[in-house]
Amino acid sequence: MKMKRMMCAAMAAAMTVSLAACGGSNSTAETTAAAGGAAADSAEDSGAASSDAVFVIGGSGPLTGGSALYGTAVQNGGQVAVDEINANGGINGYQVKWLFEDDEADGEKAINAYNTLKDGGMQMFVGTTTSGACMSVIAETENDNMFQITPSGTTADITKPANVYRMCFSDPAQGTKSAQYIAENGVAQKVGVIYDNSDTYSSGIYENFVKEAQNQGLEVVGAESFNSESKTDFKTQLQKLKDAGAELVFLPFYYTEASLVLKQADEMGWAPKFFGCDGMDGILDLPDFDTSLAEGLMLLTPFSADAEDELTQNFVAAYEEAYGETPIQFAADAYDCLYVIKAAAEAADITPDMEISDMCEAMKTAMTEVTLDGLTGQGISFDENGEPNKAPKAVVIENGAYKSLE
Amino acid sequence: MSSFLTYLINGISLGSVYAIIALGYTMVYGIAKMLNFAHGDVIMVGGYTVFVVCSTMGMPPLVGILAAVIVCTVLGVTIERIAYKPLREASSLSVLITAIGVSYFLQNAALIIFGADTKSFQSVIHVPSLSLMGGQVTVSGETLVTILSCAVILLALTTFINRTKTGQAMLAVSEDKGAATLMGINVNRTIAVTFAIGSALAAIAGVLLCSSYPVLSSTTGAMPGIKAFTAAVFGGIGSIPGALIGGIAMGVIENLSKAYISSQLSDAIVFSVLIIVLLVRPTGLLGKQIQEKV
Repeated sequence: MKMKRMMCAAMAAAMTVSLAACGGSNSTAETTAAAGGAAADSAEDSGAASSDAVFVIGGSGPLTGGSALYGTAVQNGGQVAVDEINANGGINGYQVKWLFEDDEADGEKAINAYNTLKDGGMQMFVGTTTSGACMSVIAETENDNMFQITPSGTTADITKPANVYRMCFSDPAQGTKSAQYIAENGVAQKVGVIYDNSDTYSSGIYENFVKEAQNQGLEVVGAESFNSESKTDFKTQLQKLKDAGAELVFLPFYYTEASLVLKQADEMGWAPKFFGCDGMDGILDLPDFDTSLAEGLMLLTPFSADAEDELTQNFVAAYEEAYGETPIQFAADAYDCLYVIKAAAEAADITPDMEISDMCEAMKTAMTEVTLDGLTGQGISFDENGEPNKAPKAVVIENGAYKSLE
Repeated sequence: MSSFLTYLINGISLGSVYAIIALGYTMVYGIAKMLNFAHGDVIMVGGYTVFVVCSTMGMPPLVGILAAVIVCTVLGVTIERIAYKPLREASSLSVLITAIGVSYFLQNAALIIFGADTKSFQSVIHVPSLSLMGGQVTVSGETLVTILSCAVILLALTTFINRTKTGQAMLAVSEDKGAATLMGINVNRTIAVTFAIGSALAAIAGVLLCSSYPVLSSTTGAMPGIKAFTAAVFGGIGSIPGALIGGIAMGVIENLSKAYISSQLSDAIVFSVLIIVLLVRPTGLLGKQIQEKV
């Protein structure tokens, strides 16, 4: 009997702690939701005609977990843009409120985050940051006819609903542009690929990379895969590509795994060129990562903090002042998203008192008409599918920092 | 040829980690007749202990390893005491579910304490890498230490079981718990010692695993735990040499099929081999056929 009671106590304790674990990840969401709710209330109270009305723009992305750097960058980049817009008189004379929720890069949590943002009065959505989560949210936004632009969700199908736009290149476009870049600049002739076959982002880029590489006359000497269950040991894949004579290894996946690939290649004493996509961005900020391993790593990214135009310089300065670190491409994508929303909202002449769905319809018409000189490209425009038109750029890591490649 | 050797060495290295983890599974199963599914998560605790002691507090690696062994041993014995011992007479299903509960408990506790961010683990093994065949094959320091540790652990464990009183008591308990009690063996103490040894091994496995593949998250131990459990079944659960053979076979098959068949199918191939082995030898490679007593 006594044993049983002890057992019960232990189990109860275990359950409390695991419940506390759930609570832990939700508590931040609740506080922001509460704050957002208060804001929405005050917006309603003041009435549509009053100048107190604000545009509420929401965003979501992983603030915790393996790709937390991306979500944080989107949150901060968006904040820099919103602060600037508000300081310069807002959109159509209305101030802008920026809400952000953690979705842990998970589909289910992203839907929760989206609902929390709606409870907070969100009228337009900048999200989500990662592709997988985005795929599960688009059904919801399409249902609500909520205007959505993802800063960095790259899966091709994200922009299928008419209300969804994208700031970055899609997976197919990233694969294609990477192959074009490598071929046109003579970076390498024999290329190998390692990709994550359990991830739509990674395999989407891989397929289009291989297709375009063949068009461009590159020789794909090997394509090796891994999956989410075994993403720590890449020695075998690297050895195979080494034996196949690859001069360049294309790594279309995220920086956490990429850091292991670089370390293991170094242990093998093999130093091919490495080329990544936007998922590689952030590798230099990985805590405790030996950045000398990333020396010479190239990545396709539309933004580099060392660019000398005024817009980039101002953005980098503002970002560094506010957050104490150099912005990565995700921050720039988010910044451009907010400015594209501003441009389209001004073209469509929308006001915060409009219904979400009417707002979205007006924005849709305006989106195809606007052009934006942004951080991630000059003269960015959008086609009717919601895809951006801009030129690809690449950077290389030199002396522990990103450097633009021409 | 040189690549084949590289694949083989990498396979043995990975297999050695599986083997060390599998030893923990197999010993506990052999003696307490239970599957300790929380074993994989004890590895994770070991990894985090070293991370805290070495990376955060800046202590030398040896202190970190020692701390990991102590923390995991205490943890293992505590888990046994709180979660498993009260269920000694309960059905094996209840114990199994409890073990799964403990596993989730440990993962969630790590999530609360360390957050969900993946930590970069600084390798605590500082052994220069070895160059073979005129530089064609490079064996990293981590690989060397892993393989060596596995051999040393197996030797020490075999000696311990065959040469010491406690070891003999463990053998007796594994053969017949009732008879062992009658012979004056303290069964509860013997089981506690088994958990202590198993958890200390998990700590070492954690250090080796995190040094070779330097990322650390709350689920670090989960997949290696399942693979090692498979290795233990493959070699014959309850058998110590079986755990070694099973572990190394798993690692080598996994790596060679990745290299020569397909990197996509390697896990499927490993588990197919397991099924075939179990069809031919239902108790695993070295497992003993136990006669059901009426």
